[in-house]
Amino acid sequence: MRISTQWLQDYLKLDIPADELAEKIERTAVEVDGVIRPNAGQKKVVVGHVETCEPHPDSDHLHVCQVDVGEAEPLQIVCGAPNVAAGENVIVALPNSWIGNHTKIKKSKMRGVKSNGMLCALDELGFDEKLVPKEVADGIFILPEDAKPGEPVFSYLGMDDEIIDMSITPNRGDMLSMNGTAHELAAIYDQTPTMPTVDLHEDANDDIDDQLEVRIDADQRDVPQYKMRLIKGVHIQASPLWLQIRLWNAGMRPINNVVDATNYVLMQYGQPLHAFDYDRLTDGQVNVRLAREGEHLTTLDGEDRELLPTDLVICNQDTPICLAGTMGGLETEVTDQTTNIALEGAVFDAVKIRKTAHNHDLHSEASMRYERGIDHGMTETALDAAAAMIAKLGNGTVARGVAVGRDEDVQPVTVTISLAKINHVLGTDLDLTTVTDIFNRLGFSTTVADQTYTVVVPSRRWDIHLPADLIEEVARIYGYDNLPATLPTGQPTIGKLNETQQMIRDSRKMMESAGLTQAISYSLTTEAKAKAFALHASDVTKLDFPMSSERTTLRLSLIAGLLDDLAYNNARKEHNVALYEEGRVFYSQPEQVRPKEIEHIAGAITGSMVPKSWGVAEQPVDFYAIKGIVAGYLKSLALAGNVRYVASADHPEMHPGRTADIYVDDQLVGFVGEVHPATAKAYKVRETYVFELDLTALIALPKARQQYQPISKFPSITRDVAMLIDDQTTNAAVVALMRAKGGAHLQRIELFDVYNGEHVPAGKKSLAYTLTYQDQNATLVDDEVTQAFEKVLNALQTELGAEIR
Amino acid sequence: MSLQDRLTELRDQGLADIKSADVLKKVNQVKVELLGKKGPITEVLRGMRDVAPEERPKIGAYANEVRDKLQAAIDHRRSELEQAALNKQLAAEQLDVTLPGRPAVQGQPHVITQIITELEDLFMGMGYQIVDGDEVEEDYYNFERLNLPKDHPARDMQDTFYITKDVLLRTQTSADQPRSLENHDFSKGPLKVLSPGRVYRRDTDDATHSHQFHQIEGLVVDKHITMADLKGTLILVAKTLFGDQFDVRLRPSYFPFTEPSVEADVTCFNCNGKGCAICKQTGWIEVLGAGMVHPHVLEMSGIDPEVYGGFAFGLGPDRFAMLKYGVDDIRNFYLNDVRFLSQFYKKG
Repeated sequence: MRISTQWLQDYLKLDIPADELAEKIERTAVEVDGVIRPNAGQKKVVVGHVETCEPHPDSDHLHVCQVDVGEAEPLQIVCGAPNVAAGENVIVALPNSWIGNHTKIKKSKMRGVKSNGMLCALDELGFDEKLVPKEVADGIFILPEDAKPGEPVFSYLGMDDEIIDMSITPNRGDMLSMNGTAHELAAIYDQTPTMPTVDLHEDANDDIDDQLEVRIDADQRDVPQYKMRLIKGVHIQASPLWLQIRLWNAGMRPINNVVDATNYVLMQYGQPLHAFDYDRLTDGQVNVRLAREGEHLTTLDGEDRELLPTDLVICNQDTPICLAGTMGGLETEVTDQTTNIALEGAVFDAVKIRKTAHNHDLHSEASMRYERGIDHGMTETALDAAAAMIAKLGNGTVARGVAVGRDEDVQPVTVTISLAKINHVLGTDLDLTTVTDIFNRLGFSTTVADQTYTVVVPSRRWDIHLPADLIEEVARIYGYDNLPATLPTGQPTIGKLNETQQMIRDSRKMMESAGLTQAISYSLTTEAKAKAFALHASDVTKLDFPMSSERTTLRLSLIAGLLDDLAYNNARKEHNVALYEEGRVFYSQPEQVRPKEIEHIAGAITGSMVPKSWGVAEQPVDFYAIKGIVAGYLKSLALAGNVRYVASADHPEMHPGRTADIYVDDQLVGFVGEVHPATAKAYKVRETYVFELDLTALIALPKARQQYQPISKFPSITRDVAMLIDDQTTNAAVVALMRAKGGAHLQRIELFDVYNGEHVPAGKKSLAYTLTYQDQNATLVDDEVTQAFEKVLNALQTELGAEIR
Repeated sequence: MSLQDRLTELRDQGLADIKSADVLKKVNQVKVELLGKKGPITEVLRGMRDVAPEERPKIGAYANEVRDKLQAAIDHRRSELEQAALNKQLAAEQLDVTLPGRPAVQGQPHVITQIITELEDLFMGMGYQIVDGDEVEEDYYNFERLNLPKDHPARDMQDTFYITKDVLLRTQTSADQPRSLENHDFSKGPLKVLSPGRVYRRDTDDATHSHQFHQIEGLVVDKHITMADLKGTLILVAKTLFGDQFDVRLRPSYFPFTEPSVEADVTCFNCNGKGCAICKQTGWIEVLGAGMVHPHVLEMSGIDPEVYGGFAFGLGPDRFAMLKYGVDDIRNFYLNDVRFLSQFYKKG
């Protein structure tokens, strides 16, 4: 909503710079997007009088003009506009002037003839082409006859105005009008606004009753008010310049005197109005109803629209001629030939208009206001004002009376609120006089009894109907700057993370200290990526109406997103990347639309975790590096159960020989391994290792009871064993056997070498372990250890076919 | 030569030898030679039997004095030489300390997590509970229970991803607040919750729009919660995140779930309030929305608005991070370029 500060002077005496006014509006009422100064940056643009206008000797369309710009000698200017002629007052950009869009005008020659400046069209002065009246769009703009040559042109075009561009919140529809804004500013500055009056003269000899008949076939809620007036003998022409200026400064294109009058009154009162060509209404019959399935209407913009049963339509003899509150029909449009006008002033249901505007993608000044609500008490006044204005501008007459399709009894709303409640909610200590004064300034009449206000809210503030709404009025007029700043008091509460939140935080820190940086990827992805790397099979949750094919489905795993991140980095020559993500995956649940949201934590590493440096080689990450990170992390969780890694070829996106499922006892909680080379290629990443863990499950699993173990005071004894063993025999099997046969004092088994290179027969590998024995209560005797160790060696040979070296 | 003179001679010779010894080995050699069991001093003392008994204590004392003196000189010389050797070694071991250290591997929290964590900690310190709602929510909780019935014009402010007609991706983390309200037992004290999390809007991704971003919403409900409390809380948030030197202003706004509603601006830190491109020449930057909980929202959760009241506020960590660090493209937060992520050091 653009508010002209010059127009505001009709209402209020505001001797305040526009920026200050804007700041005040912003602090007290609605957001301000900025102050528009149409002449900003423009200089030396003056009124010129074309004294002579001769055809250019070397051109079939240029003219050479001598233009009086208020100086001793006229300026010679070459002009190509079709409408340039001697005797006109025109806009002259003098030599070295600045016009719109930061353009500088210099002396030049056009086809050999000197041109000392330029005659301008409106768009050259920075007018938005959507605001330039169509009849002047193709030529230079002709100024009024009384314009004085040499004077700056801006005041003649309203370009010296300062326009406050307000962004109106949905609740403040009342400020989508000059009247409403004036009431608001009057309250802010404690003034009494001068409101417009209506000077309507009806033609006593011309009664509307026999000529226009209006019937409402929609219910009271959809169409609470519908009224029409009839204006006869109107001469359609361009509006006077003052009116055009007010409209274009308000962001509306001047069309003709009838449409401009309705738009002007719309700007004044916030009441949408629609003018029909009365002679196109067969028998003057108008009815309003909901559209029927399959009906069509060609709207003003030339579009043929299929109507929906939720659309309210204005009909002539039951044929739709207008989409109520959004756009008129082409058939009954006011044209140059129109002489008689049927003028509509109505109130339509906000939700209905909102749907129509949305469904037909037709958002107009009218629909915007109906959606936010309008002042039901002002409809007929606005209708009268527009009728009077059309008659005046078009030399027509207004028929006597109003054709009323539906009327309503508009009553002010009464709200009661105590002073104590106001102070209680605001945390203030305002007295009765201060609050009374605020209500008075707002134009709300009040009566006070027992420290309680009964406030009568005029219909122009239809947003107010609750005590809370009044509290807001008091707060903002009193000024938020004047409120004290305190913190809540009352019974203390404990603020701390719950177990899940604490574990998520701890998990993040563990990952970071292991060298992984936190990524936050998109939860929405393609269906294929959403399903990839899923720990458990599940259906996916899809958007009903996605915005792009890349973001259609909620993820089942975090890895696919991390691989996208890695690919993004790889494409930018970052080949050493270690990321983790903590976030939700979305498993579908039977019979339910809403998926089960499970916290997962996943990591993806490619390249070397250790950056290349002097004296340190890069260490390309491998399976065992990422497994080490996972194992260290799981250890930090202190799970009661036993963590196991089981080779798995079941994940199609993972390397079949380099992937382990991770179990805690018998519960699958995740997997770790190398991304399948084919998958890596498809995601455009290099060799990459990943893991994904079900964090929700890990959080829920029982934790080990932590109890101090006394540290043995007695020395330990170690024995090393190296063996050749079948390549397929796993470390886990060897360790399990050693543990089983190791005896009571075997404390630790450490693998210190794995070798399958030279000197190792094909199909075999060499493993070497250190076994540590210790007794809690006594010094171990060497013989005891030797005996226990021999048992292990025997078992390894007989049960696993190991060859002890 | 008297024994005494002999001792003096030994002393002077010994001190000279010690002084001239230039390596430890020589010092040790001097020691063995002079003070050893077969050394000249022992020899001298053996000659004591030839000395008159009354002279013996004097000679003995003098001999001890000489021996102690020599021992001290040896210790001193030894330590001198050791120190010199150490100095030489240290000089040889000198490093170029400007060479880079060997890298220790350390990851970092995401910048948005840092902001969320900072605010979580601030609010937990004031007794707030952190609550995590679901990201897939019912329209009923996301909108209707927050006083946004279907067809409400304010729904235009939040274009929504729907799964079905009634299920959506939450557009605000306050979607969980109706549940907090209806589940809270006010006999145990006020409700004070902070809901951080991911939210979604049906937007095309560009420099300033993202279909996924984060929100932190706060809610306090009790018998005596005032707008002044809200103002004090918002000032605290702004100053915690941006610094004490900035001003905060509140101005009226509209949210269906609060009445009165306000937006909070802080002084533009780019221009210090003078007006620049970042603050669109206003000198202020909008950082959060807030208000007093609308009575309808309380009523719908079975709470009597005549007895209880409260405030709610919401802010965007993405936007905060953009403002605080001058990030000019919101997509940076979700592309996870390591060159971007590694710029924000603070521990989360």
